[in-house]
Amino acid sequence: MPEPEPEPGRRPPAYDPLQPGKGEAIAPTGQGGPMDLALDEAESLEKPLGDAPTGPGPQEKARSLWSDAWHQLRRNPVFIISSLMILFLVIIAIWPQLIASGDPLQCDLSKSQQGSSPGHPFGYDTQGCDVYTRTVYGARASITVGVCATLGAALLGSVLGGLAGFFGGWGDSLLSRVADIFFGIPVVLGGLVFLSVVTSTTVWPVVGFIVLLGWPQIARIGRGSVITAKQNDYVQAARALGAGNGRMLLRHVAPNAVAPVIVVATIALGTYIALEATLSFLGVGLRPPTVSWGIDISNAAPQIRNAPHMLLWPAGALSLTVLAFIMLGDAVRDALDPKLR
Amino acid sequence: MGRYVIRRLLQMIPVFIGSTFLIFFMVYALGDPVAALFGDKAPDPATAARIRKDLYLDRPLWEQYLHYMGQIFQGDFGTAFNGQPVTELMASAFPVTLRLTIVAIFFEVVIGITLGVISGLRRGKSVDTSVLVLTLVVISVPTFVTGYLLQYLFGVKWGWVRPTVSPDAPFNELILPGIVLALVSLAYVTRLSRTSIAENVKADYVRTAVAKGLPRRRVVTRHLLRNSLIPVVTFIGTDIGALMGGAIVTERIFNIHGVGYQLYQGILRNNSPTVVGFVTILVIVFLLANLLVDLLYAVLDPRIRYA
Repeated sequence: MPEPEPEPGRRPPAYDPLQPGKGEAIAPTGQGGPMDLALDEAESLEKPLGDAPTGPGPQEKARSLWSDAWHQLRRNPVFIISSLMILFLVIIAIWPQLIASGDPLQCDLSKSQQGSSPGHPFGYDTQGCDVYTRTVYGARASITVGVCATLGAALLGSVLGGLAGFFGGWGDSLLSRVADIFFGIPVVLGGLVFLSVVTSTTVWPVVGFIVLLGWPQIARIGRGSVITAKQNDYVQAARALGAGNGRMLLRHVAPNAVAPVIVVATIALGTYIALEATLSFLGVGLRPPTVSWGIDISNAAPQIRNAPHMLLWPAGALSLTVLAFIMLGDAVRDALDPKLR
Repeated sequence: MGRYVIRRLLQMIPVFIGSTFLIFFMVYALGDPVAALFGDKAPDPATAARIRKDLYLDRPLWEQYLHYMGQIFQGDFGTAFNGQPVTELMASAFPVTLRLTIVAIFFEVVIGITLGVISGLRRGKSVDTSVLVLTLVVISVPTFVTGYLLQYLFGVKWGWVRPTVSPDAPFNELILPGIVLALVSLAYVTRLSRTSIAENVKADYVRTAVAKGLPRRRVVTRHLLRNSLIPVVTFIGTDIGALMGGAIVTERIFNIHGVGYQLYQGILRNNSPTVVGFVTILVIVFLLANLLVDLLYAVLDPRIRYA
């Protein structure tokens, strides 16, 4: 079967103009933008990883890629700020009552659209609900969707992509073609079609949909980095020593191929949260009574002329959350990319 | 070149079939178009059966799909449930979205590449850092938030532009929606061209050009930029499809009656022929844009030859 698509791993670290078709790795999707860049930037990770783990030359004590990265991360202010933000968000998502004493579903219509007042710093929305409480409680839905969807897409994508890259053959070709098919569908559009027929009010259909459209991107990255890693001498050595496929894959290939997947998954987490909000905004994502920033923004949007505060607070919270995860991904990528050292 | 194009076109076929079948499956198998036709009321079983027969809905799914594709290749996209031919809806929607996409791509190219070149040439300086931070912020704010904010600020508060777009959607009314649509991609174009410029600026051919005594402007535009543009062109090419299909949010905010609007209405009302028809066209646009990008490589970099 004709296979013009360059295997990302065999590409030199710098862009190779003689390998057209690089564009195929880029998704045409609504969430595509961030993912595209993540993919693009992660690809530069794939190559160097093969020989990177030995670290600096023999004159120094050899450090693994991971401890090296950790040393660099600890000194990176972007990493510290973003991980503190994420820690805070996760705590809020688990125990929202720590900083918000009210009930997000308890509303008083007589206070509809009022501005901030003592005890209610963000004011009230159209239904008279406290915007502050709802903003705090909204973190849970977003973080749940983001984390679950990323875990699902990363697991599915790295297992399928890793197996395809390791064994090659018809399974590999099949996976590449299936990924192409998923790339051909605009994400927001697919979400509208797929989720408009689902009636469940839980977060799981949204998570399932994001996993469904998210795994091919991670599979591509995983496949590329496994192909790079399996060509290394130590893998051949392990094979010569009689190691089985399972042992080679788990002990030798996977640890050296997982870094790009982690980077892409971290950045994807931020974009998945934005995607969930977009779908909720369009009315097909999460549904009331789930408290979600997307729903609140959607409800507040028509009233923006009268009461902009109703839109700005949840929108700000959403943007900060996405920013925190994208910054974390950026920092991790910088730390794992030996080219930048 | 010709053989390459033919090979690529052939490779598009399975992807095209897969993508359209997936959408077809979602629309026709997961939803019930006939029930949707009747809204909240339950249809009379005999009537429903007749409609099903008329619309070919009583056959197995793959037969419906083959029938539908056969119709499409004869130029018949079916009829929307309000009786309007889908092709008519397309004729009114696609020009609008095309104009919006052109505006968005224009801003992406002009602003994105300019910012990228400036920050790439000054890597590590304060200009570079602030551009990077700015792109991060732009990427983090979802489109529907920037859309409403800019609409409120420019359209309502300061009154610089019309807050919504009239049905004709001329270019001058599409500037603000175009910017909103472009913003996230613009940030990516900036980052991509920055990385690419910063990598190439150390290349030998740039040093040679400088050593020849060429003016800086010529070195940057003719030598550096041309060689750095390939990843950017790739991104913009694939972005065309994303912009056309992803304009649902922007078109909803600014009340633009383009592809996104029609699709949104189609999905809300479970108007299957509209949805599948529009998506089919979008998939074709996406695939052709990808092919075009690959062919453009040869223009940008003459070393690339397609056998």
